[in-house]
Amino acid sequence: MADPMRMRITRKGDVADVKMLIFHPMETGYRKNTVTGEIVPKHFIKTLQAMHNGATVLEVEWSRSVSRNPFLHFRVNGAQAGDKITIAWQDNFEQTGGGEAVVK
Amino acid sequence: MQRNRIRLAALIGAVTGAILLPLRALAAQWNEKAFDETRFPDALKSVGALDLVESEQIELKTPEIAENGAIVPMQVTSNIPDTEKIHVFAEKNPQPLVASFTFRKGTQPFFATRIKMGESARVHVVVLADGKYYTISRDVKVTIGGCGE
Repeated sequence: MADPMRMRITRKGDVADVKMLIFHPMETGYRKNTVTGEIVPKHFIKTLQAMHNGATVLEVEWSRSVSRNPFLHFRVNGAQAGDKITIAWQDNFEQTGGGEAVVK
Repeated sequence: MQRNRIRLAALIGAVTGAILLPLRALAAQWNEKAFDETRFPDALKSVGALDLVESEQIELKTPEIAENGAIVPMQVTSNIPDTEKIHVFAEKNPQPLVASFTFRKGTQPFFATRIKMGESARVHVVVLADGKYYTISRDVKVTIGGCGE
């Protein structure tokens, strides 16, 4: 995918407010293909880590019940301009993805 | 609106594309047993939440009526000191455990995300803080279920 995720960071004092969107189908395994009638296999992000300058600050476990193209909003303390926020995820097909953005 | 889009595009430009995944990320925990449970009380047990105390120190924002069960926005803030984990359950989903968040030093016990709900149900949030479990819940009415999504 050309644009695997989007991140937007705003800083208030030393708090980085991070909003991110990952482009992922998050298939439940319950949906049928409307043309073939076949069940679409479950395909969802299981784990996601957020890092602040390389140190893990948030670990997320997700299920099939998280909406398609998952959105996540979180806040990191002790952030300064120039700091890096990194996202890394892994799904049930062992596919991985992520992104990185700099705090302004 | 147009101006907002331009600003957003500029911010998105700061995001690099695919990055190499740090090795430790591959070792991330996923509580398979808890996520596979099909009954809410069993899912609670599988995350370790046996004794729950209702707490007004947890803020849970959900819509009263969700028109589309495929996209139900929710926001949680825990004001309980030493919050380590927050679990989210949608009581009537085929597998009630929706998500678990582990907050390391330096992250606020806060998040917002969007979840799927198969039908109208109670959404429960469970907070682990200093070895104890706290909870709050809200009813969400779903007009069109989202599990086929």
